[in-house]
Parts: sequence; C-alpha cells; structure tokens
Amino acid sequence: MIKSIKPALTAVALSVAMLSQGAVAAEEQFFPIPGYRVGPYGANGQSFYGGFIDYLTYVNLKEKGVNGVTLTHEECETEYNNAKGVECYERLKSKAAKSAGPIHTMSTGISYALIDKSAQDKLPLAMMGYGRTDAVDGSVFPYAFPLVTTYQMQASAIVKFIKEKNGGNLAGKKIVYLYHDSAYGKEAIIAMEAEASLNKFQLVQIPVAHPGNEQGAQWLKIRQEKPDFVVFWGWGVMNQTALKAAQKVGYPRDKMIGSWWTGSEEDVVPAGDAAKGYMAATWNVAGKDVPVIADIEKVVYGAGKGNLQDKSKIGTILYNRGVSAAVLSVEAIRKGQEKYGKGKALNGEQTRWALENLDITDARLKAIGATNLLPQIKTSCDNHEGSGKVKIQQWDGAKWVPVSDWIEGNKALIHPLFQASAKQYAKEKGITPRDCSKEK
Amino acid sequence: MNFFFEVLIGGLLSGVMYALVALGFVMIYKASGVFNFAQGAMVYLAALSVVGCMEKGAPLWLAIILAFAIMTAFGIATEKFVLRKLVNQPPIALFMATIGLAFFIEGLAPMIFGSEPRALDIGIVDEPIAWFLDEWNMVISKFDLVAAAVASVLVATLALFFQYTRVGRALRAVADDHQAALSIGIPLQNIWAIVWGVAGFVALVAGMMWGARNGVQFALTFTALKALPVLILGGFTSVPGAIVGGLIIGASEKLAEIYIPPVMQDLFGGNFGGIEGWFPYVLALLFLLVRPEGLFGEKHIDRV
Repeated sequence: MIKSIKPALTAVALSVAMLSQGAVAAEEQFFPIPGYRVGPYGANGQSFYGGFIDYLTYVNLKEKGVNGVTLTHEECETEYNNAKGVECYERLKSKAAKSAGPIHTMSTGISYALIDKSAQDKLPLAMMGYGRTDAVDGSVFPYAFPLVTTYQMQASAIVKFIKEKNGGNLAGKKIVYLYHDSAYGKEAIIAMEAEASLNKFQLVQIPVAHPGNEQGAQWLKIRQEKPDFVVFWGWGVMNQTALKAAQKVGYPRDKMIGSWWTGSEEDVVPAGDAAKGYMAATWNVAGKDVPVIADIEKVVYGAGKGNLQDKSKIGTILYNRGVSAAVLSVEAIRKGQEKYGKGKALNGEQTRWALENLDITDARLKAIGATNLLPQIKTSCDNHEGSGKVKIQQWDGAKWVPVSDWIEGNKALIHPLFQASAKQYAKEKGITPRDCSKEK
Repeated sequence: MNFFFEVLIGGLLSGVMYALVALGFVMIYKASGVFNFAQGAMVYLAALSVVGCMEKGAPLWLAIILAFAIMTAFGIATEKFVLRKLVNQPPIALFMATIGLAFFIEGLAPMIFGSEPRALDIGIVDEPIAWFLDEWNMVISKFDLVAAAVASVLVATLALFFQYTRVGRALRAVADDHQAALSIGIPLQNIWAIVWGVAGFVALVAGMMWGARNGVQFALTFTALKALPVLILGGFTSVPGAIVGGLIIGASEKLAEIYIPPVMQDLFGGNFGGIEGWFPYVLALLFLLVRPEGLFGEKHIDRV
C-alpha cells in the first residue's frame, strides 16, 4: 500500500513543483497606479484611469500582453491629495521592486512630492502635460518624464495658433493671461512673457484666487482692457465660472483659448451654452472614430472586462487621454524588451531607459490603431518631452472638434528656459548632471 | 467713475450670493449655538439632488420638491442619529459632529448621484441686461438680480418666522439654553429636526442659484468659504446680518481686487492680483477687533 502511494505522492509533488515553476515563469509587468476616483476631481480621474486600465486589458486580451508578458496593475486612491499620493507611492513601491511601468499620478503637486523619491527608488515618473516641467532636461532628472508637452510649450503653441489666425503678426495686439493663482497657473507666465517680448504683443496678467468660483472683478477688468484674445489657465470650477462670466460681460468665447486642463467635457458641459465656441489646447483627440478606441469598446467591453461603470465616457477627452498615456507606457515596455529581452518584464531602471529612447512615429501609431490620437514622440536624454505639440479644439455645444493640426511650441525659445531652471535645481541639490552625449 | 459703480454693483450682487449660503449657517447657529461645518456639503447635496432627480426624468418643479424632501429627511436623520445623543454636550462636541457629517455627505452624495460636473438650467440666462448696457454702459446680470430678489424674499420670510411664530420663539429659547428649554416643555428633538429641515431648504435655494451659475459639482462645498467672513461681519445669529455682511464683503472684495493690486505693483513691483481670496478674511478679522459679536450679533454677557 505504502509502495503504491509513494509514486503517486512523488507525481503530485512534481506536478505542484512544475506548476509553481510555470507560475513563476509567466512574466507580469506591473503598473503602480496612485490615482484618484473620488474627491473634488474624482470625475476627471474616473475617465482617465478608466481609459488607462482599459488599454492594459485590451493589450492582454488582444495580444496576450506584450510579447507574452501580462500587464497587471494596482490602484491606490490619492483623492488628488499630495500626502495621500506619497502614501500610495510608498505602499505600491515594494510591489514595483521587480517590475514597474511608468507611474502616472495626474497631479502636478503629487509629482513634485515624488520627484526625488522616485529617482532614489529608481522608479520612472510620467507627467504627461503637467508636472515639474524643467524635467524635460533628463540630464538632471533621469527618472522624471514630462512627456508629450509641457505648460510652457503649450502656451507657446497657443500663441503660435493665435498668430496664424492674425495673419502671422501679433505686434500691437493685447492678450490677457487669466490664470489660476497657483504654481500650475504661474508655470506658463515665463513662456507668455517670452512670447510677448518676441512677438511684440501686450500681455496683461490677471490671477484668480483658488478655487475660482467667483470672477466678477476679473471679467469686468477684462471688459475694460478689451483684449484681442484671452489665454486661459483654469482648473476645476474656475473653468465653468470663467465661461459663464465671459458670457455675462459679453466677451466672445471664440477669442478664449485654454490649456489642456480646461478642455475636457467636464469643463464645458456644466457651463451650458456659455461654452459654445470656446477653444482649448489638447494633446490627444476626443471621439470614438480613432480605431483603437472603437476596438477597446468592442474587445474589452464585449468581454465584460471594461473598467468604466458609465460606458458613455468612452471617447471623451479624458478617457482618450488615459488610453494615450497607456499607449505610450506600453510602447515603452515594448521598446525596453527590445533591449533587455523579449518576453521579460522590465524593472524601473529598464523602463526609465525605454522612456528615454521612445520613437513612436505616425507609422507606429497607425499600426496600433492610434492614428492622430496623439502626436509622434521621440525622446532622448536631453529631451524628456519628446514632442511639444498640441492641437487646438473647439467646443461646438455637444462635442470637441479639432480646429488645427498638431502645433509645436517655439522650442528654441522655450527649451533653454527649462535647461536654465534644471541647472539651478542641480546646483541647489548638489546633482551632477549626466553627460547626455554618452547616453544611449 | 462708471467703472467704479459697475464694480460696486457687481460686488453687491455677488455678496447676495454669499449671503444665501451664510443664511444656512445662521439658521443652525440660532437654534443650537453650533457652527455647522457641513453647510457647504449640504449646499452640494441639495443641488446634486435636483440634477440627480432631473436626470431620472423629473421636471424641474418636481425635482425641487423631491430635493426638498431629501433635505428634510436628511435633517430629521441628522437630529435622530447625530444630535439627539449630544444634547447638553459642550458646543465643541456638536461642532465635531458636523465635521464628520460634512465628510459623510461629501462621500455619499456623489456615490448616489455621480460625481461628474453637470449643468443646472433654471431658465434664467446669466447675461447682461440690455438697458443698463445701452444707457449706462454697465454690465448688470439678469441672473444676479433674480438671485437678489430670491435672497430678499428668503430673508424676509426667515426673519418673520423667527420673530413672530411659536416655533421661531422656541428655536431662540433652545439656542439660549438646551436644558432650560427642555425644562419648560419645549420639544428639543422636534425643534432641531425643524431647524435642520429649514437649513436644508436654505441650502437648496443656495445650491440651485450657485449650481445654475457655475455648474453642479464638488466645488459647491467651497461656497462655505465665501460665507465665513460674511458671518463674522454680520453676526452668527442675525438673518439680516447675513445679508448686510454679504453686501459689504461682496462689494469690498471686488473693489479691492480691482484697485489695490495696481497700487501695490507701483510700490513693490510684481503681480499682486488674486487678493479676493484672502481680503474678506482680513476685513472680517479687523472688524472682529472692533465688534467681536458682528454687526447684528447678540452681545453675550456672562454674569459671575
């Protein structure tokens, strides 16, 4: 009896060992997500992180992950609060020790709080369109990536758009810069001042105190100033209040152009008809006619694995932005696997290299069904932004309609500002910048 | 000079909007001697209830009635589950309870009705009145005038209610001393349920006006920040004080925002705009030094 049990037990033990070995061999690429779905800006986070996670699921379902590596994630709720953001990062970082995709916090404040920590822990921080913008200079900030565009390049691109609308000349014109009186709102001032000096237009700066739910005085001042355009750097309730106040003083909405934080459906729908004609910059387009967005709905939601409870959010600006962020993150994993081994998960250090060597062309975007969803991007050690392009879109009362092609900000004017700021930061922190000519 | 009056009138009308929120605080304070930290959250809940009911297919009038029912039920539940246990406790205990209540509402309301910002159309367009624009070149909004009219009616009704009704007198007795009021047979529980219901109604009016103006969203909870200096100035126990305080704060912050920054810029250089966030608080603090009980507040004298 004992003799007959022994081989059976051995077989079971061997099978268990093989199964567990198999489980170890199945590679998983982990994405730590300190995000937000509740609190004051929860609605924005729901669409963004919904889109992000849906794309990870899509790649898993459609291609069985990246070269066989399954994409996994864990969310931690930050409520857009800096302290909670740091707490979430600390909680997730142990899980990210073996494999880590880029970390997207969707918060400038949390990004600032994590810049030094993430570099120490060798975990790459993605700050697409926000964050510490002088991190464009990767020689000083190896682990921080303000990918696609920055506040300053965006402001410069908006000025370029206005200039084109004015027959290529802004001399003698007056532009009001209406901004949220915070670090975010003040970031673009340096770019607006540089553009004003270059293009010889008059710049009038008008700050709005947080939260911006009362702007009567500011708009009466704008009415008195009679500007040719208002460049608008709002946030949250400030956006709808500004659109309503513009209506109240009779300022034309099609002369107002906002940053990408002012250009989602959530920013304009509550303002009703007051938002019609208003324009905003964006680094991704809205709509379901982008092939990958339509396919996500078919594949992921068809399989009952969608992340959103409210499917009507699919195709909105913020949902598509989440997908765009995931596209870049997954493409970085692919790029990293080319160097470190196909079918292997990347650790934070390897993902950092991949983010610094991205080269996503229009052909590649077409291949993954993301044509025109976002601009081409090519990063390097001295350019962690990789694009600097935005489109201008206009709200027609029901949807955002692109009214320009991709517009690149004035790199020659703006990037030296980043380099100067990064140099100052390196001096303060005692950092020796990397020699980018030796990085590959 | 025309511009000065335009800013002044605009400020006074904004002040009425602040007063609408401040009135809710006054209601609770008058009846229980407690500063209701949850008033901003109640404004949010009320406005969200209206748009939530409208999304389910209810017309505006029905949505308002349903939202009022929700706010009344909320008031009764607050009395039953939170306040009843705290009778005769120090005011700080009641204040702490309202802090908890604020966080509870801020979490629960979007869970029920959704957190995305939404428009609330009450049929009044926020556009300038053509006559003022043509004759005086002044921007005076139709919406702001309606808000002023609504606030006036509300204040008159509440003032009459407190002064001349049995319930109103009972409310004031309860505010003075819970135990003494109970000892002469005033039903404290009923009184508190009524006052929280009325505060819910005031929150509903404020929520609808602010929601129609800026959209219904979480930021409605921030309207409480605008009401605080109004209360300090007008007094925590005075209904007319809330209106007068609102007018003073509204007008002064707008005038300050326009006229102080250029002077500061000339003197010190740099950009000094965006002062309306803190200016009303400085004004209220200065006022506290002169008249701690506020313009219309009751002078509190303790005999030892």
